Amino acid sequence: MAEKKYRVVHYLNQFFAQIGGEAEANIPPLIKEGAVGPGIPLQQSLGEGGKIVATMVCGDTYFAENIETAVEKVVEFVSPYKPDVFVAGPAFTAGRYGIACGASCAAVSKKLGIPVVTAMYEENPALDLYRKEVYIIPSANSVRGMREIIPKMAGFVRKLGLGQEIGFPQEDGYFPRGIRVNQFVGRTGAERAIDMLLFKLRGEPFQTEYSMPTFERIPAGPPIKDLRSATIALVTSGGIVPWGNPDRVEAASASKFAEYNISEVDDLTADAYQTCHGGYDPVYANDDPDRVLPLDAMRVLEKDGTIGKLHDLYYVTVGNATSVANSQKFGKAIAEKLKAADVDGVILTST
Amino acid sequence: MVHVATIVPISLTVGANRIVPAVAIPYPLGNPELPKDEERNLRLNLVKKALRALQTKVEEQTVFEK
Repeated sequence: MAEKKYRVVHYLNQFFAQIGGEAEANIPPLIKEGAVGPGIPLQQSLGEGGKIVATMVCGDTYFAENIETAVEKVVEFVSPYKPDVFVAGPAFTAGRYGIACGASCAAVSKKLGIPVVTAMYEENPALDLYRKEVYIIPSANSVRGMREIIPKMAGFVRKLGLGQEIGFPQEDGYFPRGIRVNQFVGRTGAERAIDMLLFKLRGEPFQTEYSMPTFERIPAGPPIKDLRSATIALVTSGGIVPWGNPDRVEAASASKFAEYNISEVDDLTADAYQTCHGGYDPVYANDDPDRVLPLDAMRVLEKDGTIGKLHDLYYVTVGNATSVANSQKFGKAIAEKLKAADVDGVILTST
Repeated sequence: MVHVATIVPISLTVGANRIVPAVAIPYPLGNPELPKDEERNLRLNLVKKALRALQTKVEEQTVFEK
């Protein structure tokens, strides 16, 4: 029986679509019939079943500077071709092109409900932006890797085109998307964990079932030279809020941080402040919130001249199953506010 | 920035550069078993230690034990 036929639209930048180099990087989106550039070997690799019916093209600079418009145009141009699969790139290390590939794939998948795949190098900045929404296949870091990546992309496009199930990242060769899947296995978690531990102790390779997030390293700030003239701010992930939690900071998986003025407060008392953190026994913090946010001690040191000033505002969120992405977002936003207010140092307390 | 936190390994994992170990998860800067004035002293000393950390030049992640 002949294999099912499926239609493919391919996305390329101006360079790979053979329109031109950097001078043509401003061209707005356009669509061409059939396969172009790397689409030609991709078509050969796909064989009879899949047909590249059109090639979507956009200049890298145009795309990067007009992402929203570019994405709309891609969806508008691709839709009438009714593809079964949308494939973009490979983008290798090219940042703007990577973003164009990722954003196009994400939009086509979301707006048209068509399966998508792209390919790029692991250090392409677009990887972390789109890996959760889009299958991204690891490529080499330069166009020299074209010959290797094309058959891999073709294999993936074929699977998507035939509606075959995509397996785990290590099986089907794409960057993990951070998705957890339930499955039945024959052995208990305890047995599997002990196996992993034994492999680890023997120095042999093993596969974790739940990889931990990796955290960015930030260089340490310079030391404060003159504490007596410095403004110090308090920040906490321990959930200390005015009584009643007026901004409804969540007890777990916080979606926000809050900012409160303490310029008139010398001591955090049980009738005026509380914790809204749902991850530790709140009795002690509710009894005396200074145990988490040491406002009383800071006032003592401000009055005796050890520090110049305690910043008038403090910042609070709840660090209880709060996602790394949200935490980074809060951290950046709080740091910007503190910098704008000329704060010299921060004491961050965590429970 | 100085991170005052009880579970130092977590603080190290998330990348804090200046770390001052705290008392306990539900009361990092206190101790409900102490009389109030002693507890205030304990808190004052921890905050002073945190301020010393802020005045110290660090090249890598540093835990201020003493």
